[in-house]
Amino acid sequence: MPDTLPSGSLRACLHGLPGVDEVGVRRRAADLATRSIKTTAKRQAIDLAIRMVDLTTLEGADTPGKVRALAAKAMRPDPADPTAPAVAAICVYPDMIPVAAPVLAGSGVGLASVATGFPAGRTSLEVKLADTRTAVAAGATEIDMVIDRGAFLAGDYRKVFDEIAAVKECCGPAHLKVILETGELVTYDNVRRASWLALHAGADFIKTSTGKVAPAATLPVTLVMLEAVRDYHAAGGRQAGVKPAGGIRTTKDAIRYLVLVKEVAGESWLDPARFRLGASTLLNDLLMQRTKLGTGHYAGPDYYTLD
Amino acid sequence: MADRTPSAPARVAVRRTYKLYLGGAFPRSESGRSYPVTSSRGVHLANAALASRKDVRDAVVAARKAFPGWSGRTACNRGQILYRIAEMMEGRRAQFAGEVAAAQGMSEARAQGVVSAAIDRWVYYAGWADKLGQVLGAANPVSGPYFNHSQPEPTGVAGILAPAGSPLLGLVAVLAPVITAGNTAVLVAGERAPLPAVTLAEALATSDLPGGVVNVLTGRLSELAPPLAGHADVNALDLAGAGELAGELEELAAGTLKRVVRPGLHDDWSAADPGVARIRPFVETKTVWHPMGV
Repeated sequence: MPDTLPSGSLRACLHGLPGVDEVGVRRRAADLATRSIKTTAKRQAIDLAIRMVDLTTLEGADTPGKVRALAAKAMRPDPADPTAPAVAAICVYPDMIPVAAPVLAGSGVGLASVATGFPAGRTSLEVKLADTRTAVAAGATEIDMVIDRGAFLAGDYRKVFDEIAAVKECCGPAHLKVILETGELVTYDNVRRASWLALHAGADFIKTSTGKVAPAATLPVTLVMLEAVRDYHAAGGRQAGVKPAGGIRTTKDAIRYLVLVKEVAGESWLDPARFRLGASTLLNDLLMQRTKLGTGHYAGPDYYTLD
Repeated sequence: MADRTPSAPARVAVRRTYKLYLGGAFPRSESGRSYPVTSSRGVHLANAALASRKDVRDAVVAARKAFPGWSGRTACNRGQILYRIAEMMEGRRAQFAGEVAAAQGMSEARAQGVVSAAIDRWVYYAGWADKLGQVLGAANPVSGPYFNHSQPEPTGVAGILAPAGSPLLGLVAVLAPVITAGNTAVLVAGERAPLPAVTLAEALATSDLPGGVVNVLTGRLSELAPPLAGHADVNALDLAGAGELAGELEELAAGTLKRVVRPGLHDDWSAADPGVARIRPFVETKTVWHPMGV
């Protein structure tokens, strides 16, 4: 449920947040990125990262066949190795939800749909809500909505808040992830404000990016967002999750994010219910590293599916 | 005014760092290690980078990345670039000759001969680049109204263990045919005499050869060869310098069905006309059936 904020205090609340020490955030993210995770810890990290992946395809060229193949891969990422865990969810455009739903039924793998005029979000509230309702009705268990960055940057926080709250209401039982599109928010202060705004408005997850804007997910931005969910929880709010998405391609990257989660938010966030990695090519690299640890030989991409 | 005053201090020598050649750059080993290289008489020559299995991994990634671009070049263009490599080596002739003489314990004159042969080998394979299709391909007679033809295509990423006894000519003799066919290569230089390989890498870097097509590693054969042979993203393996490891490496390579060239096959490096013997193992044959109209 959205928090009840006294009218007019939203701006005061967001601008009352402490500013982000930009140099400090970058430095801390870079320091944590140097941590070395090896052998058994690496094995655990890889399996955890696989369980946290939102396997994503958001292309104009997506076909029903590609989405079905993606769903099959989500349930059993490595056909040659049944011990490889399933991913957390697949993430597709709303019109592909009816295609993926029957494939994933009963598997425990979530079905996420982007909605609300993804990726730009430049459409009317009615259309955004209809978009969300259609996706939920078709079987989406998670909704990835985009915020109105134009309104946010113009200072119209109330509009952004109301939109998130309205979409949250349409979601029903489905989890709501709010995409901040940090690449368009320019400053870390804005990222912090947008994070708190989304949390107050009822977000279950805050997500960095659509993947359509560069820069997408970065370690410092994710650090600021992890601080926001941690502080929001410490202040008596829900324990919301974070999802960096876009540009995470290697196992090394993924493990850096896990280190960040543990050190910034805490161990209880090291769970697919509280942290996700939005990615498409990352999964193959995780599987290759997993195979390498198992067999001792470097694996090659020829042995894994392309999508 | 004299150029030199009596009190001028002796100039500090600018010594060369012998590094790896990975993806078109010259990094030190990921491990930060190096090892001393001595001449055939035991005189210390330099310290070379002691590559690790992670450098092997990075080299394979670089070679894989360079493969579509290199194999997609026209054969004619590959020939031109191979000839350019010969030109660049010619400019460094003195350096090569010095390194070969020190490594193999031969006279300056004989070393010059070896360098000439190595340069000529590039020119030789430069000529082969656009003639492979004619020699290894065929128009096949078939019983039907089809035009049926076969063409050689590069195998992919090749791992090459350079021959130990011939650090320049032998190295060129195994490397040139592999890239002539459009493959990309991860080359492990001879452990005892890696310096000519590093100098060759510096010539390659200035010869229009795209970065990553040839990646040169120096270090212990016993450390670098097994991960290379077992790597699933390596498609072919030349064991010219494998020595007694050959059997073990062949077994590892079989795990991912690599093409393997065993040591001892056509390894008279001084033969000036080796033909396609070392090219053929690194190509795949594609056969196309094309319906013939009336």
